[in-house]
Amino acid sequence: MTESCCATSGNIMILACSGGSNVGQLSNQAAVELTQEGFGKIFCLAGIGGKLQGFIQSAKDVPQMVVIDGCELGCAKATLEQAGVPLKTYVVLTDLGIKKNKDFNLKREEIEQVKEAIKQSCMGDQQKAAV
Amino acid sequence: MEIKVLGPGCPKCQQTEKVVKEAVSEAGIQANIEKITNILDIGSYGVFGTPAVVVDGEVKSVGKVPTKDEVKGWIS
Repeated sequence: MTESCCATSGNIMILACSGGSNVGQLSNQAAVELTQEGFGKIFCLAGIGGKLQGFIQSAKDVPQMVVIDGCELGCAKATLEQAGVPLKTYVVLTDLGIKKNKDFNLKREEIEQVKEAIKQSCMGDQQKAAV
Repeated sequence: MEIKVLGPGCPKCQQTEKVVKEAVSEAGIQANIEKITNILDIGSYGVFGTPAVVVDGEVKSVGKVPTKDEVKGWIS
């Protein structure tokens, strides 16, 4: 939620699938840590999925957004599509070579790998937009 | 018509309130315009940032100053 006035300025909305697997929870942990590090701000995918109008309008209006799905099922992506929110930067963790399983003891090196991939994707899209 | 401008009070929020008031005046519409500055109250609308504008309970704009024409489109 809003923590300061005009908080969206220069802020990247981070939407993680936060699903029930290692990759789902990796997406969430990366989103939390990137928020804590000031890279962007985690936002509630569930609010968009629940069709809460303020959440949907926020996602439509935000200048920069990254959507993180744990696996190729693409639940976060599908949630946005059903809410009519255009997809911007998109990262799928299994595409990074991380295997999906039910081990919730997240590995530090995988969290760092995911955070770096998200940063690179955002920067790549920023550069494309500037051309 | 009930219009709420959400924002703790930064220049963009003040600008949004001004734009909304001018748009309402120019459109000749009767509307109650309320400024919401309390962070918890703002959070209850589910918005990612401010300023935001809510017309009759529907969030119309988030994180930017709308144009007068946009506001007129929402209220007419």
